[in-house]
Amino acid sequence: MAAAATAGSSPGSGPGDSPEGPEAEAPERRRKAHGMLKLYYGLSEGEAAGRPAGPDPLDPTDLNGAHFDPEVYLDKLRRECPLAQLMDSETDMVRQIRALDSDMQTLVYENYNKFISATDTIRKMKNDFRKMEDEMDRLATNMAVITDFSARISATLQDRHERITKLAGVHALLRKLQFLFELPSRLTKCVELGAYGQAVRYQGRAQAVLQQYQHLPSFRAIQDDCQVITARLAQQLRQRFRCGPSSLTPALPPAECVELLLFLAHARGRLEEELRSLEAELGPSPPAPDVLEFTDHGGSGFVGGLCQVAAAYQELFAAQGPAGAEKLAAFTRELGSRYFALVERRLAQEQGGGDNSLLVRALDRFHRRLRAPGALLAAAGLTDAATEIVERVARERLGHHLQGLRAAFLGCLTDVRQALAAPRVAGKEGPGLAELLANVASSILSHIKASLAAVHLFTAKEVSFSNKPYFRGEFCSQGVREGLIVGFIRSMCQTAQSFCDSPGEKGGATPPALLLLLSRLCLDYETATISYILTLTDEQFLVQDQSPVTPVSTLCAEARETARRLLTHYVKVQGLVISQMLRKSVETRDWLSTLEPRNVRAVMKRVVEDTTAIDVQVGLLYEEGVRKAQSSDSSKRTFSVYSSSRQQGRYAPSYTPSAPMDTNLLSNIQKLFSERIDVFSPVEFNKVSVLTGIIKISLKTLLECVRLRTFGRFGLQQVQVDCHFLQLYLWRFVADEELVHLLLDEVVASAALRCPDPVPMEPSVVEVICERG
Amino acid sequence: MGSCLCPLRACWLEEGNLEEMHAARSGVSLESCALCLHKNENCLMGRKIHIIDFDDENNMINKKVLLHQAGEIWHISASPADRGVLATCYNRTSDSKVLTCAAVWRMPKELESGSHESPDDSSSTAQTLELLCHLDNTAHGNMACVVWEPMGDGKRIISLADNHILLWDLQESSSQAVLASSASLEGKGQLRFTSGRWSPHHNCTQVATASDTTLRGWDTRSMSQIYCIENAHGQLVRDLDFNPNKQYYLASCGDDCKVKFWDTRNVTEPVKTLEEHSHWVWNVRYNHSHDQLVLTGSSDSRVMLSNMVSISSEPFGHLVDDDDISDQEDHRSEEKSKEPLQDNVIATYEEHEDSVYAVDWSSADPWLFASLSYDGRLVINRVPRALKYHILL
Repeated sequence: MAAAATAGSSPGSGPGDSPEGPEAEAPERRRKAHGMLKLYYGLSEGEAAGRPAGPDPLDPTDLNGAHFDPEVYLDKLRRECPLAQLMDSETDMVRQIRALDSDMQTLVYENYNKFISATDTIRKMKNDFRKMEDEMDRLATNMAVITDFSARISATLQDRHERITKLAGVHALLRKLQFLFELPSRLTKCVELGAYGQAVRYQGRAQAVLQQYQHLPSFRAIQDDCQVITARLAQQLRQRFRCGPSSLTPALPPAECVELLLFLAHARGRLEEELRSLEAELGPSPPAPDVLEFTDHGGSGFVGGLCQVAAAYQELFAAQGPAGAEKLAAFTRELGSRYFALVERRLAQEQGGGDNSLLVRALDRFHRRLRAPGALLAAAGLTDAATEIVERVARERLGHHLQGLRAAFLGCLTDVRQALAAPRVAGKEGPGLAELLANVASSILSHIKASLAAVHLFTAKEVSFSNKPYFRGEFCSQGVREGLIVGFIRSMCQTAQSFCDSPGEKGGATPPALLLLLSRLCLDYETATISYILTLTDEQFLVQDQSPVTPVSTLCAEARETARRLLTHYVKVQGLVISQMLRKSVETRDWLSTLEPRNVRAVMKRVVEDTTAIDVQVGLLYEEGVRKAQSSDSSKRTFSVYSSSRQQGRYAPSYTPSAPMDTNLLSNIQKLFSERIDVFSPVEFNKVSVLTGIIKISLKTLLECVRLRTFGRFGLQQVQVDCHFLQLYLWRFVADEELVHLLLDEVVASAALRCPDPVPMEPSVVEVICERG
Repeated sequence: MGSCLCPLRACWLEEGNLEEMHAARSGVSLESCALCLHKNENCLMGRKIHIIDFDDENNMINKKVLLHQAGEIWHISASPADRGVLATCYNRTSDSKVLTCAAVWRMPKELESGSHESPDDSSSTAQTLELLCHLDNTAHGNMACVVWEPMGDGKRIISLADNHILLWDLQESSSQAVLASSASLEGKGQLRFTSGRWSPHHNCTQVATASDTTLRGWDTRSMSQIYCIENAHGQLVRDLDFNPNKQYYLASCGDDCKVKFWDTRNVTEPVKTLEEHSHWVWNVRYNHSHDQLVLTGSSDSRVMLSNMVSISSEPFGHLVDDDDISDQEDHRSEEKSKEPLQDNVIATYEEHEDSVYAVDWSSADPWLFASLSYDGRLVINRVPRALKYHILL
C-alpha cells in the first residue's frame, strides 16, 4: 500500500537509473541524489549538467525531470503505445517503485544508527568534561601551594645566598690582591723573560690601584717594588733603545712606538689631573688661596710635571728626531694653553685688588717656573705665551692705577667742595684755601707716588721677567710714563676744564673758590709738579725705549692753558655776580624822581665789600702781580691821600654845565689815545690781573646799564656819588688805575648825556658824602 | 649847536620798486637807511631821524633829518609795504616819569621819492614826521619794540609792552590802530619783553620774543605760546632773528657774549654757538638772501660778520640743480660740494670806538650792511669780495 502510494507520488523518480541497477551503480546514484539536492536548492543547472545529456529537462514527459507532469505522461503513453507495451510499462513502474521503497528503508536505518551513536558520544563527552573541570581546580590549588613553598624556600636561602655572593667578591678581591702581591715577582719574571709588553700591561693595570691605596704601608711597599722594577724595566728599555736601531729586531720599533704613545697618554693623565685641581681651586668666586699660592700650585704641579715629562721624553726618544720633538711640542702646547687659560682667569680675579707686590711675586713665580720648560721646549713657545700674559697683566694694572688716580683726584675735589661749603656756614670763609690747595696737591702727589711704586715692582731686578724687552722699554715709556702719568695729568686737566664748560653759567654750579683752587693747582703743575713727576718717573723707570714721548713742555702748556681757562672762567663768574648786582640796582631804580643824594648807595658798598672778599680769596692763592702805576710811579701812595684833590681836577671840567661839549670831546680824545678795553680778556696769573678783569666786567655792565636809563638831576648826582665811591675803593685792586678812572668817567658822562637837566654835584660835596659813607 | 649823537637803533627802509626807478633815472642803485639818532641839544630832548642815502656807485652818502618831536626814539622799524611809513618806540617824559610809547609815522613826500636831488638843503631844514596813529599802551606799560608783519601789506604790527605782546590792525590807511589781540606773560618776578621778531615763515603766523634769558615763540592767530627756550642764554637775551630761508632756524644773542643758533623744533640744545665777542652782543642779523652770512654787533665796539655755512640753507655752496645746466657747471658745483666752507668769522670790523648798538643788512643790496655805535658813528661796509664771489659762483 505504501508502495503504491509512492509509486503514485513519484513514478518518475528513477526510471533513468533503474535499468542499471541500484546496487552496482552507487556513485552514480549518489551523484544523482546530489544533483537533485542541488536542483532543489536552486543551484545552477550547469553544476548538475555533468551527467550524460538526457532528454530536455523541461520535457514534461521525462520521469526524472523537474517539470514532470503525470497527466501529460499518461496521455502520451496511452496515445502512443499499444496495450502490451502499457502493461510492460506498468510492471516496470511497480518494480521500480518497490526498489525505491527498499532503498529508502535502508537509508533510514543506516542513518538512524549513526544518530544514535552520535547522541551517545555527546552524552559521554559531557560527563568527561565535568570530570576534567574538577581536576583543573585541583591543579590550580596545587600550583598555589607550590608557589608558596618555593617562595618560602628562597626566603630561607636568601642570606646564605648573599653570603655566597660576598664570599665570591672576597674571592675576586683576594685574587686581585694576590695579583698585586705577586706583581713584583711577576714583573721581575717578565723582565727576565723579556716580555716587556706583558710587564707594562701589568704595571698599567695595577698603577691606579696602587696610586689609590698608597697610604697603606703594604701597598706602598708593593708600589715601591713595582716602581723599582719599572725603573729597571725602563732602564733596560732605554738601553736597548740606545743600542741603536740596528740592534733592534725589526719587530721592535712598532712596539716602541706603542710604548711612546702609552707614555704620553700616561703623562697627559697626570697633567690633566693637575689642571683639574687648579681649576677646582679657581672655582669659588672669592678664591680661597691667594694668587701666590695658586701660582705655586700651578708651578709645582703642572709645570713641574710638564718638565719631568719633557725631560723624560727627550731622554727616551731623542733618537726619534724632529718628528718626536714635534709631537712633544704639540702636546705641550695644548696642555700649556689650557694652563695659561686657567692662570689668566685667576689673574683676572686679581685685577680689582690693590696689592701689587703679591701679584708681582705671583707673576714672577709663574714666569720663573715656566722658564725651565721653556728652555726645554723652545718650540712650544711657552715662554713667549707666559711673557705675553705677564705683559697683559702689567698693562691692565697700569689701567687700573690710572683709574685709581682719577678717582683719587675726583675724591679730592669732592673733599674740597665740602670743605668750601662747610666754613661758609660757620661764617669764616677763605682762610683754608691755601691749606686746601696744599692738601689736594700733596694727596694727589702721594697717590701718584704710590702708583709709581706699585708699578715699579714690575721692573724690579729680582723679578724674572723684568729683563724682557717689553718691561725694559715699552712698559716704562709707553705704559708708565705716557699711559699712567701723562694720561693722568691730561685727564686732570680735562676734568678741570669741564668745570669751565659747565652749563650752570647762571647759578654757578661750581663754587668760584674751587675754580680758583683748581687754576692754582694747574699752574703749580705747570711750574713745578709736572717736571718733578716726570723726572721721578724717568729716574725710577730708566727708559731705554726710543719711542717718542710727550715732552714736558707740551704737558706744561696744557696745564697752563687749563689754568688760564679756569682763571678766566673764575673772573667771568665773579664778574657776573657783581655785574648782576649792579645791573639790578640800576634797572630797578627810578632815576628820574630820586631825591638828592645823601649817601652812597648800599649796593656800591656791597660791590666794594665783595671785591675785597674776592681780593682776599685770590690773594691766598696768587701773587700780587705787577701794577702799572705802582711800578712806574711812586706817587701811588700819595694819590690815595690826595685822591680827592686829583679827583677834583678830573671831574671839575666835566660837570661845569657851561662846557658839555668839552666832556664829549675830552672823552673822545681820551678814547683815541687809550687802548680799547677788552672786557672779557684773558687774565694773567696774578691777583691784580684777576681783580682787574672782575672790575672791568662790573664797570662795563654799569656803563651799559646807565646808558639805557634816563636820569633826573639827582639821579645823575647819585651816579656821580656812586662812581666817586667806587673810584675811592677800587683803584687799589687793579693793575692800571687809569682803567677804573676811564670807565667811571664814561659812566658819569653817559649818565650826564642821558639826563635832560645835567647839573652835577659839587665835587667837594661828593667827597664829603663818600667819606661819610 | 653842540650836539652829541646817541643812536640806538637803525633800520633799512624797504626799497621796493623805488630802487628800480632810481636806477632807471640815474643809472645808479641807491639804498636808504633811516637812523634814529638821539640828539641832545641844549638839554632839550629833541629827537631826529636821519635818513641816509648811500650811493653805491659813487660811494656818496646823503643825509636828511626828520624831526621826531614826540620823544627820544628807542626802537624803529619800517613798514614792509609802504616806504614812507615807519613805526617807532619813544620815551615820553612827563611829571618826572618816563613812559615808552609807540606810534606809526609817515615821512614827508619829497623825502620818500627823489631824495638825493637836493642834498644841500635837506640837511639844513629839518622836516617833521607826520603822525599816523598811536599804539595806545596806557594799559600795558612801556613799549619795548615794534615789529611789522614781514611780507604783509603793512597792516599788522606787533608791539611788546612790558609783559604783554600786542597785535594791532592798522585801519583806514594806517590812521587808526585797533588792538586785534594780545597775550601776556605770566610768572613770578618782573617779566619784561626785551625784543621780538616776526617769523617770515609759516605764512607769518609766528612771532618770537625774548624776555630775560628765555626765548618764546607765539602763534599770532591764537596768541598762544608755541615753544619756549628756557635759559637760552646765560644772561639777558638782547636780540634775535629768524633765518629768512630756513624754517625753524633762529639766531639769538645776549649778555653772555654768545650768539646761539636754534632749531625751534628742538629747544633743548642750540644747533651752534658762537663765542667771539668779548662783551654783550646787542644785535644779530641774518643776511636776507644768503643766510649763511650773520652779522653781529656788540658793546665791545666790534661788528662781526660770520659765515655759518654748516647750518645755512645751502650748506654745500650753491647747488645748481636745473636740468639744462651744462656739464661744466655741473662739474663746478660738484667741486664746490667737495670742499664746503668752514663756519668761521669772516671779518671783524673795528671802526667803532664805542659800543655798537645796531647792525643791519641793506634791504636792497645783499652785500651791504651798516652798523651804528654809541658815539654816533655809522659805518657802512661790504661783504668781502672774495667771499661774495665764492658764494655766488
